[in-house]
Amino acid sequence: MSRAPRRKSTAPEWPKPVPPGDTRDRGGQAQPMLLVENLRKYFAIRGGLLNRKIGDVKAVDGITFAVFKGETLGIVGESGCGKSTLARLLMGLIPAEGGKIVFDGDPVGGPSGLTLRELRRNLQMVFQDSDSSLNPRLPIEESVAYGPRVQGATRDATKKTTQDLLQRVGLRPDLFGGRYPHELSGGQKQRVNIARALALNPRMLILDEAVSALDKSIEAQVLNLLRYLKRHFNLTYIFISHDLNVVQYIADRVMVMYLGEVVEIGPSESIYHQARHPYTRALLDSRLALDPADRVETAPLTGDPPNPIQPPSGCRFRTRCEFAEDMCATTAPALGESLDRASHRAACHMANPASGHKRAGQLPSVARPAAMMYSVEAS
Amino acid sequence: MSLATATPDIIPATAAPRRRGYWRALWHKLRYDYVTLFFLTIIVLIFAAAIFAPLVAPFDPNKTSMVYRLKPIGYRHFFLGTDELGRDMLSRLIYGGRMSLMMGFVPVVIATCVGGFFGVVAGFTGGWVNMLIMRIMDVFYAFPSVLLAVAISGTLGGGVGNGLIALTLVFIPPLCRVAEAATTQIRTRDFVEAARASGASNLSIIFFHILRNIVAPVLVYASSLISVSILLASGLSFLGLGVEPPTADWGLMLSTLRQSIYVQPLICAMPGAAIFIASLSFNLVSDGLRQAMDVRA
Amino acid sequence: MYLALLLRETYRTSAGVVANPMWLYVIRRILLAAPIAIGVTVICFALIYLAPGDPIQSLLPPEATQADVAYLKQVYGFDKPLPVQYLKWVSRATVGDFGTSIQTNRPVLGEVRRALSHTLIISIGAALLAFPLAIALGTLAAFYIGRPPDRIATMASVVGISVPNYWLGIVLIIVFAVELGVLPASGMGPQGSDDFSLTQWAQLKYAVLPVLTTALVPLGIIMRSTRAAMADVLSQDFIQTLRAKGLGQGAVVRHALRNALPQVLAVMGLQFGYLVGGSILTETIFNWPGTGFLMNKAILTRDIPMLQGALLVLALSFVSINLAVDLLQTAVDPRVKRG
Repeated sequence: MSRAPRRKSTAPEWPKPVPPGDTRDRGGQAQPMLLVENLRKYFAIRGGLLNRKIGDVKAVDGITFAVFKGETLGIVGESGCGKSTLARLLMGLIPAEGGKIVFDGDPVGGPSGLTLRELRRNLQMVFQDSDSSLNPRLPIEESVAYGPRVQGATRDATKKTTQDLLQRVGLRPDLFGGRYPHELSGGQKQRVNIARALALNPRMLILDEAVSALDKSIEAQVLNLLRYLKRHFNLTYIFISHDLNVVQYIADRVMVMYLGEVVEIGPSESIYHQARHPYTRALLDSRLALDPADRVETAPLTGDPPNPIQPPSGCRFRTRCEFAEDMCATTAPALGESLDRASHRAACHMANPASGHKRAGQLPSVARPAAMMYSVEAS
Repeated sequence: MSLATATPDIIPATAAPRRRGYWRALWHKLRYDYVTLFFLTIIVLIFAAAIFAPLVAPFDPNKTSMVYRLKPIGYRHFFLGTDELGRDMLSRLIYGGRMSLMMGFVPVVIATCVGGFFGVVAGFTGGWVNMLIMRIMDVFYAFPSVLLAVAISGTLGGGVGNGLIALTLVFIPPLCRVAEAATTQIRTRDFVEAARASGASNLSIIFFHILRNIVAPVLVYASSLISVSILLASGLSFLGLGVEPPTADWGLMLSTLRQSIYVQPLICAMPGAAIFIASLSFNLVSDGLRQAMDVRA
Repeated sequence: MYLALLLRETYRTSAGVVANPMWLYVIRRILLAAPIAIGVTVICFALIYLAPGDPIQSLLPPEATQADVAYLKQVYGFDKPLPVQYLKWVSRATVGDFGTSIQTNRPVLGEVRRALSHTLIISIGAALLAFPLAIALGTLAAFYIGRPPDRIATMASVVGISVPNYWLGIVLIIVFAVELGVLPASGMGPQGSDDFSLTQWAQLKYAVLPVLTTALVPLGIIMRSTRAAMADVLSQDFIQTLRAKGLGQGAVVRHALRNALPQVLAVMGLQFGYLVGGSILTETIFNWPGTGFLMNKAILTRDIPMLQGALLVLALSFVSINLAVDLLQTAVDPRVKRG
């Protein structure tokens, strides 16, 4: 906020926060914007002589969560945990094996529900790879205009929206509109992608690693742009990232995924300061600390995630968990209902005082020094 | 993290507007490729000669003469000598260009449309449709191109039409493969997903996103086939398939003059040299195009 | 889709996963070649119907009697529906009965087999000449990329690809047979002898010009792909590392070649297939009694059974060569996916 005055900028001023009460709103503030119930996606693994199905990768395995109006839900997890698959499932880009998606009270699909086309008018997505997500043969204004055009908007109306949107994302339409993607930088391309996603005037945006491929300084610019747009257009975000710092900065609530399942979900503040799942704890500990005193000597999380075709029995994280006990191999911990904004849940026996786990009721971070001692002895 | 900036950062307005469309940029690159330009000029000249053959050719290409048979280069008014029936070689070479260019272009153009269509359908649809189309193409791939062309036109019999059919059939499978590969590659890109996410129909995606992106690689590949087509067509005529006498055609001329290599070796070699120059020019221009379009071979 | 592909890749590398064993790949690859082989037989079979006029007419000499026609009708089952005819034809073809040549009245198979052995002399000769030379020149060009040796080599390969080889054959005949008189212009031996001996120059010299003519196109194409593949490898970081470690030029070439060769191998296999199957023009020019020559003769005399037999044998050998190269490539290149 205290920045040297810039060159005369054409940027719009920070708008006043839009008062809750979008005309498109249906169920009121209390009704979640998006409700996902038991969503599943299995990829078949083929092999053998006749290329028959020999197994499944449970990329998304029974996920239930809600996204509330006006919030930003951050989704974190290692690569391959099913974050991107989840995004594509929500957009209806790949068919789900089962489960339910409810958008603002309306179930998607089914006889009385929203059609995919209607859903997509309200829900849009920004892809990770800004290179591959723009058609190299279309000038960017046409890329932005494409969505409204195929939805039936007139050429004139579209042109106006497009110019306005480019302006909003910080690209002067007269300078950039006619350019091709290869004439733009990574950050500029991602701004175009955001404008393209907003062109249909959606109520919700899924940002799939939308800033991960950018330089840190550009990333910050785009993040600020996203915050600005969210207020201006009264948006709700799902923000998928593997970068916990970025998620902490932008998200109101955080959902942690591991091997296709949700292991922890809760308000950002609570997750970052009182992580209840050992996996979340380990992820947080893996972050680079700026303070030398805080640096961890051993990697909090070692090894690769287990083979997702045959995930471990019971708790899927137990093979890498330092607190694992016999019961973890036999009983899968439940996440429980978490359908309000403030609830903080973890799918771990330790988080459930009545589970019978030796450390039940404790936070996973307590054991950290012991683990370090062990590693010193071992070396 | 201290990200305290409030306004979205605006790109400085100093970035110069560079609005250059794809084809304009392509021409810009070609302009300094002198080898390609040189051979492009040759192609243009061959074309011009073929189109304006009646104006350019000094004699009637089919006028025989018992007196002036197999005369050497520069004999009297026969600039490039005469053939075994006393016809003027220069005129016949000019008229022959018509046939060779047509046999070079027409099959490739038709095959590009047909093969491209099936390739896009196969690549876009995927699944068993892809399997079916591509396996059928594979069967045609199991024949070396010369063999297939000869076999088809050999059974159908000679004649320009049968030759064109044979060559077109030969070129459909490779073009289909190239179009299929390009489509499959584009189809998995995020902008197609994004288009689908904004509610676009398959048809709209194909026209707006797929076709625009595969046109360059497919055209580059097709352009490289023109030279092959000229060689194959002349080869067919040489074997007595394809163009039939007395029509002037380079391959046919080479075939009939073959009997006279002991008499006028230079003249006998001339039609082949014409085929060679044409095919070389098309090859090099195609290479230049490929480089300018930055399509990997 | 994109993600599915990505996942597959991951699972192939992560522990305990489904990398198919080699033998499974071999069997799968052979099974995949089978429908193509069947397709080939269908096309060859269809030739009888492509030919203008009554198929019986195209299978019999013009002076055939009514009895011949009836006999043939019965043997081929022309009165039966097409699939039945096809099955009859295929089942006879699998036991080596391709019918009888209209022209020579001898079994097609014997003729084709002899011709094929003659074609192979030229093909193998051209391959032995062109392949090593092409790899050497292509490597050289890749090392001097953008500089004169590369430009000359690249230009030469374009010329090699663009030359109509039937014309090149004629030019070679003009130079070596007509003007210099050092090599024979055509035929396979002094007095049309049928047995070819590789040890006698008097016979071997007949093969020189056909081999030279045939070698040019594969030379150009393989040189081109070697250059491209080598240039690709040489631009990779590990080559830089090798050089930084102080390896000599020779050792660098060896490393690079090992990486580029599988790709070149595929092109070589295809080219060898073309040498065997696409010999018709050169053989016609040099009157070399191979399969191409046989086909040309069959076309001129409208000897459809002969044409059909020769085409089938050539196409099937082309399929087998491709299959063999494919398997070979998998064996030498660990990167080729055995999906």
